Amino acid sequence: MASKPRIKVPKSASAGEVITIKTLISHEMESGQRKDKDGNPIPRQIINKFTCTFEGQMVFQCDLDPAISANPYFEFNAKVPASGTFKFTWLDDDGSVYEAEAPIEVK
Amino acid sequence: MQLTRRNVLGLTAGAAAFAIAGGRISPAMASAEDAEKMVMDFTGGATPAEGKITLTAPEIAENGNTVPVSISVDSAMEGDDLVESVVIFADGNPNPAVATFHFTELSGEALATTRMRLAKTQNVIAVAKMKDGSFFMDKKQVKVTIGGCGG
Amino acid sequence: MKRLLVAGVVLAASLAGSGPIWADPVDDTLEIDGVPIVTRTAAPEGHPFDELYSGWLFREKETRDLSRDSFENPGMIAVEDGEAMWNTVEGTAGKSCASCHGDAAESMKGVGASFPKWDADSGRPINVELQINKCRTEQMGAEALPFNKGGQQELTAYIKHQSLGMPVKLDLTEGEMQSWWERGKDVYYTRTGQLNLACASCHEVAMGKMIRADHLSQGQVNGFPTYRLKSGLTSLHQRFRGCIRDTRAVQPDAFSDDLMALETYVTWRGTGLSVETPSVRQ
Repeated sequence: MASKPRIKVPKSASAGEVITIKTLISHEMESGQRKDKDGNPIPRQIINKFTCTFEGQMVFQCDLDPAISANPYFEFNAKVPASGTFKFTWLDDDGSVYEAEAPIEVK
Repeated sequence: MQLTRRNVLGLTAGAAAFAIAGGRISPAMASAEDAEKMVMDFTGGATPAEGKITLTAPEIAENGNTVPVSISVDSAMEGDDLVESVVIFADGNPNPAVATFHFTELSGEALATTRMRLAKTQNVIAVAKMKDGSFFMDKKQVKVTIGGCGG
Repeated sequence: MKRLLVAGVVLAASLAGSGPIWADPVDDTLEIDGVPIVTRTAAPEGHPFDELYSGWLFREKETRDLSRDSFENPGMIAVEDGEAMWNTVEGTAGKSCASCHGDAAESMKGVGASFPKWDADSGRPINVELQINKCRTEQMGAEALPFNKGGQQELTAYIKHQSLGMPVKLDLTEGEMQSWWERGKDVYYTRTGQLNLACASCHEVAMGKMIRADHLSQGQVNGFPTYRLKSGLTSLHQRFRGCIRDTRAVQPDAFSDDLMALETYVTWRGTGLSVETPSVRQ
């Protein structure tokens, strides 16, 4: 994976406001259904779990199957109780963990 | 490349495989029954009710590799009125499972959008599991088109 | 012959039962992050069409929406990779693109709207990919990038993206650009392959019709490299070669004289449309 995950989180919100978060990560999402040009199956390698937490508390999670498109995209909402930091993790079948975070300020 | 009979045959066969599977070598496709069974596994045998959940997907997808899909569940997302999870199935894919979303009170609203692969025209099914143990389902047919020359 | 081909396409479309056999480009307007994009404009003098349409207008709503928001556009991942490459030192001279050209947002603005240009050194038109290679070999002491490899598409997408929204305008008065334009026009109208199709067969004569379930556009190139839902980031010469392969013809090499001439001519055919790189297509 060459590039950094892309995340879009507003910089600020009012207390209790529900905001929209978008994330996009570069990944082939090799489904395990394809074969290479010699006819050998290409092994599955996908991102299998995406998690968003806020100050250690679960906000949103997704278990991904191979039917999720390459470069997985998520859009979801989050309630912002106070100023803090959103953390995002993507788990790869090969054990790699990709991470990103974004602070938000409650005004 | 010289055009020999073998080359031409190879080209044609290649093009046919491409057209059928959209570039993917596909084993036997899952049947609608498989998807139904997976729904029942998720609900523990209960038949999900209609309503509360809305699944949004295009009526016609220009390419099965990247099909936007959204779900939204009518819920206060507080106390007992909470959506715990939403599972998405595609009943014509090699494996019907697409994704499972998990929500909490911090989700604010039970809404999610992602992009999925559909091997052919089929039904997309979303089932929501509520904290009180009830289940709701919505279903949309998405037509997957095959392009011009390239398939 | 033209009529026969159209009849064939129409017949194929109706056999496939794929709905309307002619559909107008949609009535919709595009803004990307607040930048207005010209998706329809009057054709330049001598053009076979009266009005030019971006391929964006031929796509379904879901695909069009992916172009509107640069965050949702998966092609922007490639643009970010291209930006990293812009700043990476390579070669014996110890330079990156940025060492000479600084901030691409300033120095590359307009490049995506005005290439191919005349290159007196090689005596042929030069496109962004070949200009990158020229810089690499002559200024950076680095190897030329092979076609579609080593980040060529990503860096090209990054450079062209700096011209987002600017109208395409070639200078055909430079060097021998006009004669390459003529040669490109010949390529465009020459039928090739077992299917005996020219570029014009689909993108001019049958523009707006359905080829199976595909809505045939004018084949404009203002969004390349483009992100195809089918196959990800796709360079212009890859698309040229793909189309030619689909006519069951021998594919010319990327950046060959024929394809450089074709790039020159087809880019001119989109004069006045905005650069959309990286556009999102089916």
